[in-house]
Amino acid sequence: MLRYGLRRAASMLVSLAVASVVIFCAIEVVPGDPAQYMLGLNASPDTVAALRAELGLDQQPVTRYMSWITGMLRGDFGISYTYRTPVAQMVADRLWISLPLALYALILSTAIAFPVGIMAAARRGSVVDMGVIGATQLGIAVPNFWFAMILVVIFAINLGWFSAGGFPGWEGGLLAGIKALTLPAIALALPQASILARVMRSALIDTLGEDFVRTARAKGLSRRQVLWRHALRNALIPVLTIIGLQFSFLLAGAIIIENVFYLPGLGRLVFQAIAARDLIVVESVVMLLVFAVILVTFLVDLAYAWVDPRLRGAR
Amino acid sequence: MRALVLGGLLAAVFVAAAAVSFVWTPGDVTAVDIANRLQPPGGSYPLGTDHFGRDLVSMVMVGARVSIAVALVAVGIGMGLGVPLGLAAAATRGSWLDEVIMRGNDLVFAFPALLIAILITAVFGPSALNAIIAIGIFNVPVFARVTRGAALSLWTREFILAARVAGKGRIRISVEHILPNVANLLIVQGTIQFSLGILAEAGLSYVGLGAQPPTPSWGRMLAEAQTMISFAPHLALVPGLSIVLMVLGLNLMGDGLRDLLDPRVRKARA
Repeated sequence: MLRYGLRRAASMLVSLAVASVVIFCAIEVVPGDPAQYMLGLNASPDTVAALRAELGLDQQPVTRYMSWITGMLRGDFGISYTYRTPVAQMVADRLWISLPLALYALILSTAIAFPVGIMAAARRGSVVDMGVIGATQLGIAVPNFWFAMILVVIFAINLGWFSAGGFPGWEGGLLAGIKALTLPAIALALPQASILARVMRSALIDTLGEDFVRTARAKGLSRRQVLWRHALRNALIPVLTIIGLQFSFLLAGAIIIENVFYLPGLGRLVFQAIAARDLIVVESVVMLLVFAVILVTFLVDLAYAWVDPRLRGAR
Repeated sequence: MRALVLGGLLAAVFVAAAAVSFVWTPGDVTAVDIANRLQPPGGSYPLGTDHFGRDLVSMVMVGARVSIAVALVAVGIGMGLGVPLGLAAAATRGSWLDEVIMRGNDLVFAFPALLIAILITAVFGPSALNAIIAIGIFNVPVFARVTRGAALSLWTREFILAARVAGKGRIRISVEHILPNVANLLIVQGTIQFSLGILAEAGLSYVGLGAQPPTPSWGRMLAEAQTMISFAPHLALVPGLSIVLMVLGLNLMGDGLRDLLDPRVRKARA
């Protein structure tokens, strides 16, 4: 297990290094002069030169890359060109909205998908099962940002139960914060819950067809006992993998949903940065999100290998 | 089979609408008609009009064109690059080439389509072409994985062994024997990626990273509808339902095709 973990960790580090080079090249090397891009076409050459010096663009790309990476490792993401504040501070502030939102959506998605998937698998072929298949098929087809707009119309505009957007800040109390994130989390969770319910259903159906389930039934256990004691635990392995992978997608998916609800999270930050041509912010946020995705994938791999020892030897 | 027919019909309606929009639309999607702005569905405007007085039927038809074109080309890019990579990885299983291709795949997987689009947009500015590239890049590892997985099991089969004994090289075997045998799987995966592409294009257009005005796109129609949703809900319902029906149709088609073409599913059902 240790050797497998080390191998995966090495692979993760290589992925991170290559990803950082790709992001750095995309933002700083390929398009020409970032200072010119940030200031626009009408900027005077003196202003461009001053910004180039301020951003360190007069140095070699390798030197700039190294200082960017070592800075990030120290927690120094640079200074935002538009806001004139440290990018690390801006990212940290916004992370306190994006991260809880992704976690909230993940909890909701799991809470919906588990009972629905189990119910459908336990009553395979019944009206309930057909209903679940139809509903999840629809859930996957609905764009989450459109669903978010419908939720706003129903629960914010017509019923007035939630606000249509914005975030009061965690200083306003935990409950107020959670309330503000509820509609965005539901919108984010719907497609993920549909996917997860389908995975849960098919994994459980596969497990219920295994020999050990038949043996347990032959021993005299009822269908319900077999389902809860034996089948469910074994069906959880693929489901847990999907949950892990979904977290990365939720973090990236939150970028769009934050725009629907005007939540001041990482997503809003990155779009504001694009509009203001604040490339340093875009670079840092994208790197951070890619880091999150790679880290979660690594943890999922480890968890999977821990649960299923056969995978440790696999390539 | 029912899923295939129903899904095929749903998708065909939008493909036909998109095709017809090249030669005819009920109204002009670039003309402003303030006198008829925000008309509810009915009468001479079956789906109503938007805040510029543009006919929503025409907007949906031209929007379908953009969505389908972006998703289709993105699937093309994914298949065009991913399938050869998957075939090469399977043909050289365990070699450095296989390792490089698979690790490269892992790396691209770390960049969700939205992040690729953000990077491209930050550099080159928003456009439909950038949306195509972003979704296309994201499709490459998907097709590479599916192809490699299916091809690996084929390489152990006897007919491949026979081809090797007959003196055929790895490239020729991959093209002449492996590719035709993974084609069914690729068609199914292509349908699924096509529907994901429609969703991704809508998401990118919604946040302004896709097709730019005045070209109508379903995602941007939704973005424009957002501020008017309380008094003109049809502006959000029409493009939203179009996306749902198109994606649902493609997903049903994908399921139906898998039932029809994938021998493992056929066997499990029998």
